[in-house]
Amino acid sequence: MNKVVSKEKFSENVTKLVVEAPLIARARRAGHFVIVRSGENGERIPLTIADADPQAGTITLVIQAVGVSTRKLCALEPGDSLTDVVGPLGQATHIEKYGTVLCCGGGVGVAPLLPILRAMKAAGNRVVSVLAGRTKDLIILEDEVRASSDDVIIMTDDGSYGQKGLVTVGVEQVIKREHVDYCVTIGPAVMMKFVALLTKKYNVPTEASLNAIMVDGTGMCGACRVTVGGKTRFVCVEGPEFNAHEVDFDELMMRLKA
Amino acid sequence: TAIERVVMPQLDPKYRITCNEEVNEGISEEQAVREATRCLDCANPQCVTGCPVGINIPKFIKNIERGHFADAAAAIKETSSLPAVCGRVCPQEKQCESKCIHVKMKHPAVAIGYLERFAADWQRNHCEQEVPKMAPRNGIKIAVVGSGPSGLSFAGDMAKKGYSVTVFEALHEIGGVLKYGIPEFRLPNAIVDYEIDGLRKMGVDFEKDIIIGKTLTYDDLHEMGFKGVFVGSGAGFPRFMDIPGENLKGVMSSNEYLTRINLMKAGRGGDTPVMQGNTIAVIGGGNTAMDSTRTALRMGAKRVLLVYRRSEAEMPARREEVGHAKEEGVEFFTLHNPIEYIGDDKGFVKAMRVQKMQLGEPDASGRRRPVPIEGAIEEIPVDIVIVAVGVSPNQLVPSSIKGLEVSNRHTIVVNDDTMQSNIADLFAGGDIVRGGATVILAMGDGRKAAQHMHEVLSQK
Ligand SMILES: Cc1cc2nc3c(=O)[nH]c(=O)nc-3n(C[C@H](O)[C@H](O)[C@H](O)COP(=O)(O)OP(=O)(O)OC[C@H]3O[C@@H](n4cnc5c(N)ncnc54)[C@H](O)[C@@H]3O)c2cc1C
Ligand SMILES: Cc1cc2nc3c(=O)[nH]c(=O)nc-3n(C[C@H](O)[C@H](O)[C@H](O)COP(=O)(O)OP(=O)(O)OC[C@H]3O[C@@H](n4cnc5c(N)ncnc54)[C@H](O)[C@@H]3O)c2cc1C
Ligand code: SF4
Ligand code: SF4
Ligand code: FES
Repeated sequence: MNKVVSKEKFSENVTKLVVEAPLIARARRAGHFVIVRSGENGERIPLTIADADPQAGTITLVIQAVGVSTRKLCALEPGDSLTDVVGPLGQATHIEKYGTVLCCGGGVGVAPLLPILRAMKAAGNRVVSVLAGRTKDLIILEDEVRASSDDVIIMTDDGSYGQKGLVTVGVEQVIKREHVDYCVTIGPAVMMKFVALLTKKYNVPTEASLNAIMVDGTGMCGACRVTVGGKTRFVCVEGPEFNAHEVDFDELMMRLKA
Repeated sequence: TAIERVVMPQLDPKYRITCNEEVNEGISEEQAVREATRCLDCANPQCVTGCPVGINIPKFIKNIERGHFADAAAAIKETSSLPAVCGRVCPQEKQCESKCIHVKMKHPAVAIGYLERFAADWQRNHCEQEVPKMAPRNGIKIAVVGSGPSGLSFAGDMAKKGYSVTVFEALHEIGGVLKYGIPEFRLPNAIVDYEIDGLRKMGVDFEKDIIIGKTLTYDDLHEMGFKGVFVGSGAGFPRFMDIPGENLKGVMSSNEYLTRINLMKAGRGGDTPVMQGNTIAVIGGGNTAMDSTRTALRMGAKRVLLVYRRSEAEMPARREEVGHAKEEGVEFFTLHNPIEYIGDDKGFVKAMRVQKMQLGEPDASGRRRPVPIEGAIEEIPVDIVIVAVGVSPNQLVPSSIKGLEVSNRHTIVVNDDTMQSNIADLFAGGDIVRGGATVILAMGDGRKAAQHMHEVLSQK
């Protein structure tokens, strides 16, 4: 049982929970995720660790309500408990000084992107962030992203905030304007697909964090398999990040649609 | 006239596929006593050599014959820590029973497995769960990684020897494959839980949701004061065949299928979904394949096909399960091998192409090698495909411990006699050492490791 310490609603469907998980808070690195379960009949679902406080023994989860299990989680209040939280899972992001790193997040994907861009900044990189959402309300964690970025571009589909247009418009602007050494992208599969196509055109090495369907998260079931570079890989143990230029995004999207 | 081998009473196939109740109902006291009289109490009992842990078979059987059922259970417990489990899931026809003197005389073997199950069940149903004689607490902390049969038996033996044992389990349930893999119609969870409760009474601590190598490292365990570590993390990594279409929706590993249903209660009140379909094909011929076919029937499939590339004689599954699957209506496609899955426009599997095979020369395993019959390819419509072609050791633990010797099959290398790895305080057993093996072998490894770890620690 892991107690919810605090809660904040970012928008209608996006909620931040700070949860007690002392061992995980201590062991986690940027890029890691947890599997959580709510209720004795609950599903095991993967969520990225958006932040952690090893002193307080807590981790931060940012959850978008899309179905039964995420809705249950978003309905939890401080004092309530998650039945299980296990992790940290997956491989941590490879952080080094590349030069200029473009961090590109869409929707709730900004939450997992945050620890990565912070670590990239701390490693001495120039960090340029592109945040995208359908509309103004869906742009989350902007202040936190600004605090660790040298420049931030905001894109909304409807133009209600920042520039109007898809995430790729912002990405292309940056690549045309300055030399980019490395790109990290997290968001809906379709967004990552188009970012990858674009950065491939400009030869910018790119990592994408894949949101495959998972059950155990420990390499036991194979539900999370994706094709990368023509080979089947398990996202939960070998990922979640892979070379975006080698990921078969069409297969990933196909597998995500039940 | 000779007494005939007892027949296990079992639920009617038509009824049992509508529920998850245990298929084998167990033999009565009368049947057990009568079957026990068939045992000749051989002076040199070969059956014992067929049992991986060397249970004193004639001793426990003769106690059953005398009606001393508790003594029979105690005799088994001398060498086995999970008799109710092994009596149910051991491949007896290949082990103890294959060596029974009756077989040499062309008669059916004594039903050793049924009798073992009887004694264990009798004790569970008639006696208070006793805490065994325990050595005085010595205050030495021991960590166990994984709560499958190897970890559980190791934990029990070390607790008995006076150690303070903590079992760390990655999942949210204790029991390993006994819980997430083997279905309840073969091994009810209550039986596994009873054994786990017994260990709790002996002071063993269980910590769920902790992955060694992730949540806590091997070094962390040292910092926490653990003086010995036993790794029983199993062979949970599913193999696929690497054929076209294998990543279509509706094609999944048996681990995924069984985990969703057994561990996550999919289709039985859990929030976790599992795909349903009318025609389900299961690929493979082992216990996992049999369990998947029979689970699929219980989930409401109209037609279940078992697709296996060799013939029935080569199937590694327990004989009894093969029989049960047939009774329940599973269609056997032996000497068939899938070569491709075909999807619809939404990416769901809709058919499989299978290559017909014939048996050629024996291969390295001594079984006749299946070879394709040229041109004999058939297309079969299916809604779901469950791939049960084997598992490999889970790499989580081995890859997180620097300097630990691992084989090219990804198993942890140990000294066969002591179960000690090349790291002095790290022992390992069960599937992580053997690759996919059996419950009794895993259990035996755990006991052997406990004995030797105790020797090492008491020398200090
Ligand atoms: C490594 C990783 C990190 C993630 N991090 C976050 C995060 O930080 N915040 C967040 O809001 N979401 C995150 N997700 C996605 C989140 O796990 C899914 O939204 C959630 O599982 C949906 O469950 P549901 O029951 O609410 O929705 P459902 O109604 O079951 O499904 C809605 C959609 O979610 C996807 N989905 C369903 N089940 C799963 C599953 N078991 N695993 C993965 N995806 C599934 C499917 O595409 C489905 O169409 C992450 C996924 C992965 C793989
Ligand atoms: C469907 C199925 C049916 C089977 N039927 C039979 C049968 O009829 N008869 C028979 O004899 N055998 C059968 N087997 C095989 C038998 O179950 C295994 O050989 C046996 O369970 C192995 O025991 P183990 O203790 O080595 O590991 P497991 O039972 O696999 O348990 C390992 C445990 O370790 C946990 N773990 C893994 N990594 C970590 C980590 N890093 N940290 C913490 N915990 C971890 C896992 O979650 C798991 O719970 C079957 C197997 C399957 C899958
Ligand atoms: S443990 Fe298995 S092999 Fe040994 S006697 Fe019992 S059933 Fe036979
Ligand atoms: S070999 Fe058969 S008859 Fe002889 S002791 Fe063993 S079980 Fe009894
Ligand atoms: S989620 Fe089961 S193997 Fe990755």
